[in-house]
Amino acid sequence: MIQTFVFYLFAVLMIASAVMVITARNPVHSVLWLILAFFNAAGLMVLVGAEFIAMLLVIVYVGAVAVLFLFVVMMLDIDVAAMRAGFMKNFPLGIAIALILLAELVLGIGAYRVGAIELGTPMASEAPAMVESNTAAIGAMLYSKYVFLFEIAGIILLVAMIGAIVLTHRPSKSKRGQQDIGKQVRRNPDEATQMKQPEVGKGVEL
Amino acid sequence: MTEFFQSLGMSYEWAWAVATLAGILLIALPLMLAVAMIIYVDRKVWAAINLRRGPNVVGPFGLLQSFADGLKVFLQETIIPSAANKGIFILAPIVTFTVALAAWAVIPFDAGVVLADINVGLLYILAISSLSVYGVIMAGWASNSKYPFFSAMRASAQMISYEVSIGFILVCVVLYAGTFNLSDIVMAQKGHGLGIVNGYVFNLLLFPMWVMFFISCLAETQRVPFDLTEAESELVAGYQTEYSSMSFALFWLGEYANILLMCMLNAILFFGGWLPPLDWAPLYYVPGIIWLLLKTFFFFFMFSWVMATVPRYRYDQLMRLGWKVFLPISLLFVVLISGYLMATGHYGAAA
Repeated sequence: MIQTFVFYLFAVLMIASAVMVITARNPVHSVLWLILAFFNAAGLMVLVGAEFIAMLLVIVYVGAVAVLFLFVVMMLDIDVAAMRAGFMKNFPLGIAIALILLAELVLGIGAYRVGAIELGTPMASEAPAMVESNTAAIGAMLYSKYVFLFEIAGIILLVAMIGAIVLTHRPSKSKRGQQDIGKQVRRNPDEATQMKQPEVGKGVEL
Repeated sequence: MTEFFQSLGMSYEWAWAVATLAGILLIALPLMLAVAMIIYVDRKVWAAINLRRGPNVVGPFGLLQSFADGLKVFLQETIIPSAANKGIFILAPIVTFTVALAAWAVIPFDAGVVLADINVGLLYILAISSLSVYGVIMAGWASNSKYPFFSAMRASAQMISYEVSIGFILVCVVLYAGTFNLSDIVMAQKGHGLGIVNGYVFNLLLFPMWVMFFISCLAETQRVPFDLTEAESELVAGYQTEYSSMSFALFWLGEYANILLMCMLNAILFFGGWLPPLDWAPLYYVPGIIWLLLKTFFFFFMFSWVMATVPRYRYDQLMRLGWKVFLPISLLFVVLISGYLMATGHYGAAA
């Protein structure tokens, strides 16, 4: 009884907040609704017993990705009116993309109903025995059967990260802002200051 | 507790709901009291270090000072700036406070005394603590004012940076314990050091991790020397500048609840939680929660000590420490510790 209630609570909240993401007028509000949607998705995952994935969803998407979204959206000065001005111009393209997505969804669900493909479904003989927690189960799966796919994914992410840094990093031309902490710490009053006793009416030569 | 309510003649679901509610109250109410008293302790410690007297007027030894302050903010008028984004402005302190309380659900106070004994307890804490940045960002943005906004930007960058290294440090602990469950992590520390010391901190590989965890906790809770989000010389009062009355108090309570949580995590992850410091039978007669609270109190004293003695970091130094010092070192230690555990056959046969 409680489970059904909680499921509908999360599901309704999630769909409602997903709708609010695209209808909210203020982009910052949109991102906040998106965060609520992520959060409810995590709740749904806890409900089906995938607590590890749920926590990762919150840590990665809510805790890091959405913060950066919010960061960027808050910094940008977005003019909502200017963005809505191109609505009629982009309408056919938008409809086309929506239709493609819909077709893919229908195809996907149709193929799933047929149930012939075994994408990632373990063979009955190969499936590891279900261990007590799903953290251990995911680990046993990821590091045995899918270890190469997992490592390739890791390398792709590493390359993407290095690429992003190389593309955006510009070595500063001026010396400003570059400091050697060790040099600052080693500096002592003897070499940094000198005592002068100028005569009256004369300046100091430095 | 569910069984107790079931014995009163309730169905299982109702008994579960009532027991959970009772558990939440049993944690949240003493926590609020603890926050009020810990603010008093904080002020007393600073005062003692600065050779002042500290709060000493309200009640005996000034013990009731925090309650007087609470009453004062409660009776004040709530002011919402006319330029503020009203909904988010009101939501921000609520988010901060709720998130600060939510993390306490998985904290084990004694063997088996925990509201939600889930297998991913440590990940839950990490998830919740990554949420706490939202209260700050929302407050800074919704205030529609320069200084709170600067503060919110600083806070979010700071918290994300230090969460990365905290994550790696926690991975080191998890590698040793072999579980994300906080109760099991505490039990794994039993007799860890030479068979008699309870706690991971006396492990030579984990001791540097604890030092880094403590410093990262200071940064994560925005305490001195990393309190750049409310650097009063630059930002008036940071993200809470525009807040008054109860909404201000909620930020304050949430902040101190987070600090207490971090102190307790130090105790649970590295100092053996509810276990006595030595694995010696007579010490087990003292209830576990007393050991846990003593350890937490010790860490809180260290937090106040740092606050009273250390000057504030510059923002670029803070970022350098997080990304260029802590992140590489913690990554190195993840590799070192997993290599050591594999080599010594901690996980079955050595590869």
